[in-house]
Amino acid sequence: MLHVARLARLELTDDEVEHMTGELQKVLGHIDKIAELDLEGVEPTSHVVAVENALRADEPEPSLPRDVALASAPAVSDDGFLVPSPQAS
Amino acid sequence: MSAVEYEPVIGLEIHVQLKTKTKMFCGCELSFGDPPNVHTCPRCLGLPGSLPLPNARAIHYGLLIGMALECELAPRSIFHRKNYFYPDLPKGYQISQYDEPLCGPGRLGDVRIHRVHLEEDAAKLVHVGASGRIHASDASVVDFNRGGTPLAEIVTEPDIRSAEHAREWLTLLRTTLRQLGVSDVNMEEGSLRCDANISIRPKGQTEFGTKTELKNMNSFRFIERGIKAEIARQEELLRNGEAVVQETLHFDPRTEAITSLRSKEEAHDYRYFPEPDLVPVTITADMLAGAKAELPELPAARQERFEALGLQADTARQLAWRSELGDYFEAALGANGDSGSPQVVANLVCNDLVARIGDADPATSKAEPGAIAALAGLVERKAVTPGNARVVLDKLVADGGDPAEIIEAEGLGAMGDGDELDGIVEAALAANADAAEKIRGGNMKAIGPIIGHVMRETKGRADGGEVTRIVREKLGL
Amino acid sequence: MSRPTDLTAVEAAAAVRAGELSAAELFDAYRERAAADDLNAYTWVADAAPSEAPAADAPLAGVPVAVKDLFCTEGIPSQAGSRYLEGYCPPYTSTAVQRLLDAGAPVLGKTNQDEFAMGSSNENSGYGPVLNPWDHTRVPGGSSGGSAAAVAGGSAPWALGTDTGGSIRQPAALTGIVGLKPTYGSISRYGMIAFASSLDQAGPLTRTVADAALMLRHLQGADSRDMTSVGLRDEVVLPTAERLDGIRLGVPEELLGEGIEPGVRAAFEQSLALAEELGATVETTHLPHAPHALSAYYILAPAECSSNLARFDGVRYGARVDADTLTDMYTRTRHDGFGPEVKRRIMLGTYALSSGYYDAYYGKAQRVRTKIAEDFRAAFERFDFIVTPTSPNVAFELGSKTDDPLSMYLNDFCTVPMSLAGIPAISIPNGLADGLPTGLQLAAPAFGENKLLEAAHALEAALGFERLDQKTVAA
Ligand SMILES: [Mg+2]
Ligand SMILES: [Zn+2]
Repeated sequence: MLHVARLARLELTDDEVEHMTGELQKVLGHIDKIAELDLEGVEPTSHVVAVENALRADEPEPSLPRDVALASAPAVSDDGFLVPSPQAS
Repeated sequence: MSAVEYEPVIGLEIHVQLKTKTKMFCGCELSFGDPPNVHTCPRCLGLPGSLPLPNARAIHYGLLIGMALECELAPRSIFHRKNYFYPDLPKGYQISQYDEPLCGPGRLGDVRIHRVHLEEDAAKLVHVGASGRIHASDASVVDFNRGGTPLAEIVTEPDIRSAEHAREWLTLLRTTLRQLGVSDVNMEEGSLRCDANISIRPKGQTEFGTKTELKNMNSFRFIERGIKAEIARQEELLRNGEAVVQETLHFDPRTEAITSLRSKEEAHDYRYFPEPDLVPVTITADMLAGAKAELPELPAARQERFEALGLQADTARQLAWRSELGDYFEAALGANGDSGSPQVVANLVCNDLVARIGDADPATSKAEPGAIAALAGLVERKAVTPGNARVVLDKLVADGGDPAEIIEAEGLGAMGDGDELDGIVEAALAANADAAEKIRGGNMKAIGPIIGHVMRETKGRADGGEVTRIVREKLGL
Repeated sequence: MSRPTDLTAVEAAAAVRAGELSAAELFDAYRERAAADDLNAYTWVADAAPSEAPAADAPLAGVPVAVKDLFCTEGIPSQAGSRYLEGYCPPYTSTAVQRLLDAGAPVLGKTNQDEFAMGSSNENSGYGPVLNPWDHTRVPGGSSGGSAAAVAGGSAPWALGTDTGGSIRQPAALTGIVGLKPTYGSISRYGMIAFASSLDQAGPLTRTVADAALMLRHLQGADSRDMTSVGLRDEVVLPTAERLDGIRLGVPEELLGEGIEPGVRAAFEQSLALAEELGATVETTHLPHAPHALSAYYILAPAECSSNLARFDGVRYGARVDADTLTDMYTRTRHDGFGPEVKRRIMLGTYALSSGYYDAYYGKAQRVRTKIAEDFRAAFERFDFIVTPTSPNVAFELGSKTDDPLSMYLNDFCTVPMSLAGIPAISIPNGLADGLPTGLQLAAPAFGENKLLEAAHALEAALGFERLDQKTVAA
């Protein structure tokens, strides 16, 4: 549970962990029924659209003005997005 | 007790920035050195609701690389999401390829290729230290200009056996990619980046040892030194009875120190799954034909062609792997006039010219390829001695010009086999009676002072072989 | 003439074009209602009618549209029901909304929804639950609950929603209106804040089947900004059919199990009898893997959402919780920004994709998806349409299922199989049970929208359902 939360970068309070554990166990109990299905040799479907090779020509399109790109950022320096340094521990 | 001899086993992972006009999944232009965050859009900023649009030219370049590396080209490949959090990764995942890459197994020179796949580059993260504008004491700034640049990731099999081998093979790879025109392949600028997987094992053992991954070495020299240092570190561990730990390492070229990056790494679980925003890429006959038509002559083929001209394998390889040398050499051969044999031209280019211009492109030198060809012809016809040919080359590199005119103007022409030389040799023998005596006694090594005397007198215009012949004749040998 | 707000969208467009009604008058009439809405259906309402009248030949003639909040609209808050995106105004407009604008339909307001479209009751909105206009103590369904409540309550002539596992059809059923989920890929997803990319599809929530056809006509089409969009093959035609002669309806036994409420079942059976009277044949059929669709869906959708929602990291937009370290900034921002259901699904999806579990969950679910699509293909060899109740139950009491995610998920039992197969399905009002609307779902083969709309239109006319907005008029 905590490992998964760490992977998902979610902080969970002890209360939330307790609650969610019970809820997810119940959901997984239902979901786990597909384990009984024998699907040997069945191809996986990741997409139902039968399109292939939808590609874009290598032609430039206008970019956003920098002030627009930065407009919604919670913290900015003069010209970029400010974040706590990943190196700091 | 005899010391165990270890054999390094090295595989490389190379990231190559492709030289398309726009990014991998959006229409923002690629840029170098522009102000931060001026090449972004909803797609490459990962704004909510945006979707990736794959760049057809990046796929085309991927195919060119696959063909050049003799890879099996997958008729159908798909993109996956590689999920992890990092500020330089705007969507929380990198669109990459996983178990269905564009190019499968191949080979370049003596190293097998495991696979080649396409992906998007991360943005640039600049550490700015303490900042008052943010709660954190230590901040970084993200610049998304680079984010989304198309990358080809080339993964080799662990076929490399030494640091020198790694460097030499990378030179071949870089030339190949440059010939293809798919990338600037400049390590300093980051358009070519290399990680090395390194392990060692007792010579003769077939299983692999525990490997480490050496990250982000940003020049060919550092790669060689980094790998050397890591091999030494692993050897020392094993000799002391300790174990190599599988980890990611950083090589500091200034201090030669190798440090672990483990703190940053933690447990990786990328949760790959097929990118649902994209459809599969299928390689059509048209796409294959298009790539094939653009495929230039590659270093391996060029080396073979040079060898067929009669060049020694080493020379042929040097010319083929440093493509600008090969181009210069071919221009020299193709120049009008009396050029020398290919090997003589090649020697002048590979040895004498390179000694003078270093890593610079010979095309930018003042010495015209035609002049080098002409000089080679003069050397071969003994119109100038090899020694004086170097003097001529100095002048060509410094000022350009025509070798025959330089020889004429500076009086550097070789002497004919006339009486003039005969007399000078006679005088030299007289002036060096000791040496003459030794030679007469069978010690040909003593000829040095005699030749030196003749060269001084003739200003280097005499042919060393001719002098030797006359000496032997005069001393009745 | 009746009040402008009594007209269906088709009628209103005709009235504006005929010069009987001004677009501004129509807009203002709805704007007033939307501003006074007491269902919490809107998260934003336009200040005024567009300054310019629609072009004379604009096919949608200025008929305003309520838009689910997750569609990006330039300069207008687009929060997807999440507190994380509170006040976020994107710098671009989604293709679906742009197409409606281009056709002459201005945006009336943005509608409340379950956070990031995750939910079947609209109780998962960061901006409070939406109330069902039929009974304010009950949910309107979700996740397009705001869109459904706006149309059913008469504050919008029609609305744009999205459907991932039933999010258009189920709220349409619970509020007594029409909801259409078209073939996957027929409408561009560009600018739709994603929940589960391989399933998300935009579609109309409308008063009538003809209105749904009209909106679909202008929404559909391949889009170079979404590589998975292909559009429909034929132009959408406004339906006119009155009979169902020769139409074969298949009723899948697997979707009519004990979970269906008796009232819903009774209404459904009455409709089948009515269909036979219209000339259709009705037979039981089988979708053998349909009982596993919900499991597959609750693996695939959370897996995709766990990845789609990774971008909400406090760096480029949204509400950041400041912290000294990057990891703390991430985890606290996401803790505070997301509601409980979103967290649950992120956890579920992260788990299903994590090392060692992929094959058992994600890989297996993808294979179930293949089998479900095959089941439908086989069924469509014998039947024109598959019919089921849209939702196994009528609108339930607010708060009655919030503590039991599984029972909430079971609401999607009848709608999820079509989503997994990517086929079109429509929900039309199907009479009342216990005084609350029930829905009838018809599903067709991929790209079969025109035939589907014709059949739905014939049934709609025969059913003669009195919508709430019509009742309000009478009252
Ligand atoms: Mg990579
Ligand atoms: Zn971009």
